[in-house]
Amino acid sequence: MIFSIAQREFRSMFLSPMAWVLLAVVQVILAWSFFTSIDMFFAVQKELTTMQNAPGVTDLIVSPLYEAASVILLMIVPLLTMRLISEERRSKTLSLLLSAPLSITEIVLGKYLGLLFFVFTLVFLISLMPLSLAMGTSLDYEKLFSGLLGLLLMLAAFSAAGLYMSSLTDNPMIAAISSFGLLLLLWLLNINSAPAGSDSALSYLSLQSHFSVLLRGIFNTRDIAYFILFITFFLVLTIRQLETRRLQA
Amino acid sequence: MSSLISVKNLSRYYGDFCAVNNISFELAAGDILGFLGPNGAGKSTTMQMLSGNLAPGSGEIRINGIDLLEQPKAAKAALGYLPETPPLYPEMTVNEYLDYCARLHRIKASDIINTRNHAIERCGLLDVQQRLIRNLSKGYQQRVGIAQAILHSPPVIILDEPTVGLDPIQIIEIRDLIRTLGKSHGIILCTHILPEVQAVCNRVQIINRGELVYSADMDALMQAQGGRYDITLAQTIDGNELATHKVFSEVETCANGRFIVSSTLPAEQLSRYIVEQGWGLLAFNEHRPSLEQIFIELTAGDNAVDTREAA
Repeated sequence: MIFSIAQREFRSMFLSPMAWVLLAVVQVILAWSFFTSIDMFFAVQKELTTMQNAPGVTDLIVSPLYEAASVILLMIVPLLTMRLISEERRSKTLSLLLSAPLSITEIVLGKYLGLLFFVFTLVFLISLMPLSLAMGTSLDYEKLFSGLLGLLLMLAAFSAAGLYMSSLTDNPMIAAISSFGLLLLLWLLNINSAPAGSDSALSYLSLQSHFSVLLRGIFNTRDIAYFILFITFFLVLTIRQLETRRLQA
Repeated sequence: MSSLISVKNLSRYYGDFCAVNNISFELAAGDILGFLGPNGAGKSTTMQMLSGNLAPGSGEIRINGIDLLEQPKAAKAALGYLPETPPLYPEMTVNEYLDYCARLHRIKASDIINTRNHAIERCGLLDVQQRLIRNLSKGYQQRVGIAQAILHSPPVIILDEPTVGLDPIQIIEIRDLIRTLGKSHGIILCTHILPEVQAVCNRVQIINRGELVYSADMDALMQAQGGRYDITLAQTIDGNELATHKVFSEVETCANGRFIVSSTLPAEQLSRYIVEQGWGLLAFNEHRPSLEQIFIELTAGDNAVDTREAA
């Protein structure tokens, strides 16, 4: 049941040009960033050979790529999440789901899952670039997969927050702007607070501080738990929001 | 036999505004219930509550004997609902859309194609099943909405203004469809088109300002009132002059030579008497109160209040 909703959601994204354009734009920008990092790597390669404990290809190319992806997708994910619920409410199609034998939890999880399929497709396309390096060099796969996991969790968190914002309003534009605002705020919390790695509460709240830990290849339950809590929190809020809407108007 | 829908003391407030006030009614199998009311009377609010789109303020709703609030999933499985705006996804084709609805209603994968074809046939969608819903005319979109509501052959079907936007032939087709469906399902037809109710429903309810003000069987409503006749005369005659004739116990003057008269004489004697008077009898009918009259009587008074309140 959840899967049927997810499948429809996923397919309908590809029925409009939106999904294709987003995939193309993200891919082009990240390809550019990927090329410049490779260029830079060749430029500093000679000096690296003389260094002790020098950073490898994974540190200099893969991690920056995933970091750039997280920043770009911070702007892109709100565009994907904005119509999830608000559009259905505006065009009155939500009543199809509400009068079908489904619980609100199933509706919300179905929509979220559909979005995750799309996000995973996006991450898969991005990851093809660093994986192509494996043809010519040896990669630090542990670090690569830790970064990949980080990016996936990060985007799953973005999606959950965006889904909630979409449940708050009938207007997709407002949903997009407010989820972008929320995600940006969570990002800035990290920049403004004390140096990275410090244990201040604000820095703990920031998504990026947990992501950067995973990018460095450190797999810490604390960070994984943070993402899972973040996602659960926003999904529960969305379910509550839809239940309340049914009561109010 | 237990009723398909049983509503008890249903109320709903929007803030301080009472949209539905303490409504109770039942729907039996084989009933086509016409749910009438002027704009803003609470028709759609009631339908939204019955379909689980809105939570009721207070009261109880049972669908097919299952409490909608306690077991929403089981109750909704017995329900097909066409809202005012058909809930269609414009980017899907008719077939894709109906398959999706079938999956939402947990129809087995092996039965989906049969179920869909059956609904498509019943709603006359054969020619458009491969087309995008976006490109269909309003009438066809409305039919897809109806197809969606009857797809899983639910015992209860709620149709909120199903004939809006249809051409006259389509309207007749849809009414026939509703009549056919009424034999095996319980249907609530929510509309403000009175002839439609007269044409298809066997029960009628009128809701006004959130309250149920009228509820009757169509047969009872349509029964002629004994001793009252509807006559039209070619000659211009004053109503008071008619009243001087002893055969009429009461005369009510309408426009264009039309009168509603009461008489103790049987119809054939009365008609002969009128013809003998040489008034030029053009029409002579037993007087039946029309649904329209009842509707206006029950709802018009309040509209005057409305305008005053608004001013």
